[in-house]
Amino acid sequence: MTAAVPNTAAENEVMIELRGVNKWYDKFHVLKDINLQVAKGERIVVCGPSGSGKSTMIRCINRLEEHQKGQIIVDGTELTSDLRQIEQIRKEVGMVFQHFNLFPHLTVLENLALAPMWVRKMPRKEAEAIGMQYLERVKIPDQAKKYPGQLSGGQQQRVAIARSLCMSPRIMLFDEPTSALDPEMIKEVLDVMIELAESGMTMMCVTHEMGFAKTVADKVIFMDRGQIVESNPPEEFFNNPQNERTQLFLSQIIGH
Amino acid sequence: MSHDFAPLPDLPPPGSSVGAIGWLRRNLFSNAINSVLTLFAIYLLATLLPPLFNWLFFDADWFGDSRDACTSGGACWVFVSARFSTFMYGFFPENETWRINLIYIALIACMAPLFIDSFRHKVKLGVFVIFVFPIFGFILLFGGVFGLEQTETSQWGGLTLTLLLASVGCVAALPLGIMLALGRQATNMPAVKSMCVLFIEFWRGVPLITVLFMSSVMLPLFLPEGVSFDKLLRALIGITLFQSAYIAEVVRGGLQAIPKGQYEAADALGLSYWKKMGLIILPQALKIVIPGIVNTFIALFKDTTLVIIVGLLDVLGMVQNALNDPNWLGYSTEGYVFTAFVFWIFCFTMSRYSQSLERKLHTGHKR
Repeated sequence: MTAAVPNTAAENEVMIELRGVNKWYDKFHVLKDINLQVAKGERIVVCGPSGSGKSTMIRCINRLEEHQKGQIIVDGTELTSDLRQIEQIRKEVGMVFQHFNLFPHLTVLENLALAPMWVRKMPRKEAEAIGMQYLERVKIPDQAKKYPGQLSGGQQQRVAIARSLCMSPRIMLFDEPTSALDPEMIKEVLDVMIELAESGMTMMCVTHEMGFAKTVADKVIFMDRGQIVESNPPEEFFNNPQNERTQLFLSQIIGH
Repeated sequence: MSHDFAPLPDLPPPGSSVGAIGWLRRNLFSNAINSVLTLFAIYLLATLLPPLFNWLFFDADWFGDSRDACTSGGACWVFVSARFSTFMYGFFPENETWRINLIYIALIACMAPLFIDSFRHKVKLGVFVIFVFPIFGFILLFGGVFGLEQTETSQWGGLTLTLLLASVGCVAALPLGIMLALGRQATNMPAVKSMCVLFIEFWRGVPLITVLFMSSVMLPLFLPEGVSFDKLLRALIGITLFQSAYIAEVVRGGLQAIPKGQYEAADALGLSYWKKMGLIILPQALKIVIPGIVNTFIALFKDTTLVIIVGLLDVLGMVQNALNDPNWLGYSTEGYVFTAFVFWIFCFTMSRYSQSLERKLHTGHKR
């Protein structure tokens, strides 16, 4: 465990670093020479057309996908095929999925307490107390005893966020967290994410919610065909896109 | 200028579609062909059932101790009642049968709390029943300690043997089958995977009767002289390995039905392989395959009758044995009806239990 770093030094601390990362699915080259640094407390939004490799990239950061070339260093530890290092990194990196992926055979509270109990070896009482605390933070403490299938999509996604937070991660990854939700429910999830961003969490978020990007992102990354095409602060990114491909993408998603 | 949205009130469904009349209409007389079939079925039942019931119950002979008591032309249940103890206990010494009864009673006493919802120590009790109880059962059956008379496994027979074969086969094969299924899924360990595939495909490819025959006739030929295994033990090992291959394939089906996102979510939380499988994947996968597992259990329960080929007499074997008794020649129908009834009771119970288990474990949604 790393000791808490004082805020002043934190600004320069690199939490995630990708150096020349390449990945292939069979012969298909999904990630091409990705270079990226994410500092502690930084909030990165990744966007781009489907198939551009954005999900693959953030899934490489907790080794749900394996990269074949280059280096990925998360919180000072390089990701290799060493299982123990992978598990170590996954303890520190929370992930939220497009389809929530809650465990349907467990109640909401059991979903939350599971990882603290079995990975952090916390006693059940303590783990459930932490679970309730985060459930309150995502504003659904009254659903604790229900099963995930009894909740709405928005509530499920908030539970999924809380589940990741229960492990007190140093980094949170979001893989299109709102794209499977009804429009009415997107806001409740985004509110939770904005609150989380304001609390200083290091975040990487694949999303097409440009409003979210404008509100909280420190940097917006645009990807196309496996490459990072543009990477800029949001004002610059939205008002003055440099690349033609970015301009086209932005005109298509914002234009209507 | 806003109008409140007022939903229309809920109305009851039309009268002809509910109640007994509605049920009859929907299910029995929904159209002309259905009506004809319904009437035909009623006719068949009316002609077949009365003679059957007469033979089974009304004209049957229930009491007595020899075939002389069977005079009324119906079924001669005297045959079954006179031979009942051999059907149940095989050739177990007659004044030692209390030991078998004690096992049954103890087992029922141990299992009963598992069916009570509010009972809190189900897991502990389950572990006890699976790991400790068999030792207790074996000591009682086999004897030789605590002043109990030692019995030979060749004296074990009848329903006792059937239940022994089936329960050992199921209890031992389930964990083995789960391990085989996991092994077969382990794409990152090619050696383990191919061994599991080989094992499963071998045991699924041979008939149980061959397995039993090999274990009892061929195996001793390959063993060094002087080394011998108990015949029953050999049959049990054969049945267990055979059954585990089937269980493995059923469980594999369940594993494949679990969405990839469940594996990923467990991975992302930092759970190790065994915790991921034990806490997330298997509980869901096994729940899905309860019907399949119970199906193989039922099939095994009935397949245990094949042990007759290696000279072990289960309940069917004991009935056939009794039919050769010159005093009871010609009562094979009664014997087989009785055997069928015994098997049906057990299989039907298993089937109902699996259904109630499915309902209990259903948490009301998929994904």
